[in-house]
Amino acid sequence: MPFTEIEIQKIREDFPVLLEKVNGKPLVYFDNAATTQKPKQVVAAIESYYYSSNANIHRGIHHLAEKATASFEATRKALKEFINAAHEEEIIFTRGVTEGINLVANSFGKAFIHKGDEIIISTMEHHSNIVPWQMLCEEKGAILKVIPITDAGEIIFEEYLKLLSPNTKLVAVVHASNALGTINPVAEIIQHAHAVGAKVLIDGAQSASHLEIDVQAMDCDFFAISAHKLYGPTGVGILYGKKALLEAMPPYQGGGEMIKEVTFEKTTYNELPYKFEAGTPNIADVIAFKAAIDYINKLGKKAIAAYEHELLTYATAQLLTIEGLKIIGTAQHKVSVASFVIEGIHHQDLAIILDQQGIAIRTGHHCTQPLMHRLGILGTSRASFSFYNTKAEIDALMVALNKAVKMLR
Amino acid sequence: MSIEEIQEQIIDEMDLFEDWTDKYEYIIELGKSLKTIAEDKKIDSNKIKGCQSNVWLDANFTDGKVAFTADSDALIVKGLVSLVLKVFSNQTPQDIINANLDFIEKTGLSQHLAQTRSNGLLSMVKQIKFYAMAYSVQGTKS
Ligand SMILES: Cc1ncc(COP(=O)(O)O)c(C=O)c1O
Repeated sequence: MPFTEIEIQKIREDFPVLLEKVNGKPLVYFDNAATTQKPKQVVAAIESYYYSSNANIHRGIHHLAEKATASFEATRKALKEFINAAHEEEIIFTRGVTEGINLVANSFGKAFIHKGDEIIISTMEHHSNIVPWQMLCEEKGAILKVIPITDAGEIIFEEYLKLLSPNTKLVAVVHASNALGTINPVAEIIQHAHAVGAKVLIDGAQSASHLEIDVQAMDCDFFAISAHKLYGPTGVGILYGKKALLEAMPPYQGGGEMIKEVTFEKTTYNELPYKFEAGTPNIADVIAFKAAIDYINKLGKKAIAAYEHELLTYATAQLLTIEGLKIIGTAQHKVSVASFVIEGIHHQDLAIILDQQGIAIRTGHHCTQPLMHRLGILGTSRASFSFYNTKAEIDALMVALNKAVKMLR
Repeated sequence: MSIEEIQEQIIDEMDLFEDWTDKYEYIIELGKSLKTIAEDKKIDSNKIKGCQSNVWLDANFTDGKVAFTADSDALIVKGLVSLVLKVFSNQTPQDIINANLDFIEKTGLSQHLAQTRSNGLLSMVKQIKFYAMAYSVQGTKS
């Protein structure tokens, strides 16, 4: 089921950046969890928009405005299908996951979080899924609770159940951890949260590119995605929200587009999804986001997941041949993220020596400082794989890594 | 030797290396052999926080000259720190204040180190100059 070598070579041709040389060596790009590369189709969609249909959307009557509006709304439809939402108006365009979470914290939080209410997150959250809740709790006098994890990097489910109470108003957890790769049992988490009447937000930053997403089957109340981690442009993302909930929530930002009627005395708000889309959006990149979704759909999530799993398994086995190397994040279910530490070697030194050899990995705390603190480490080195990566590239990483270890020990 | 001469010497040394491996191995060696800061000086007030690694810097003013000791938790940075100390340590406050630090650029080291990491070093250099300024005021008073 995974791709053949020939298919991978064809895929790689769609990503011109993969031909770049770094310090005279072929680029090996293993920083896909930070952001993925963009296929030609996505760049072409941006160009085509600016060259042949640039216009402001939703308001114009002229041809270009209609063309741009249709393309913009086509992305909404593609995303509705991509995550199997029930309605198109449940898809709100944002700048990315961070803005999606802030939207919920500000709007849902404003209306539904009160003094003494509790919000539950997990130990492995990205700062984007911590700080907005801390700000909200501070403002409202609400309480933030944290689900502990095992040393392997898995949520301790019994502890989660103990945290749930009638005071729980929201549970916000990451679907797949960017630092560890752990895939969390979100459906079960959601089921138990709903049983006490809490809503659930899922941070889909890392899962949307690897796993099939079905928000109705999962039954989440909110789901946030960033296009740039999904082979799409930067500065665009979506927040999915259940329709009834979004309707009950107050607007997030005020401005054009989100209004029905404005007088100096009173403004009435537009219907969904426009209520949450104030101002001229990032039209070009929203349109190009569809090209990324089409690209992924063409390859198929099943094949992508199977191939990436193969890469992860291979890389993990190879990495473990290095003396003193420890994989950080050994959950049973993982996306293609291999985080590791090597005894006696600082991750920054490793990254510098790998970079000299053309290899891009990420080092540091991965915006999960509380998680690093829990694990008792300052940071990790992280290689994260995409469908355009190859086993040969993992072999190149191993050569470079062995050289680095030799130099640094 | 003057700050200028020391920098010249480092630049000449670095020019001898033909490939990056040798150059980095040399810096790593410097890092390993750096006489580090005393444990009781490795405190938060002496810490220069970087994005990925930290530097600790301490200064001592004796006989009109400033002696620096430093440390880092990362080896390559430590090697670079060692070069910076070689340039600035045991110089007068005035010479330190007036010095134009250009060996990092001239050795191509800044090119090998991404922005954020170089900036970590630059904050260390800034801190060194602050110490020198403080001591130069002290010097004129006494
Ligand atoms: C798990 C997770 N959540 C949230 C984010 C934030 O995404 P963005 O910066 O695109 O808003 C990231 C990105 O690094 C992430 O990996």
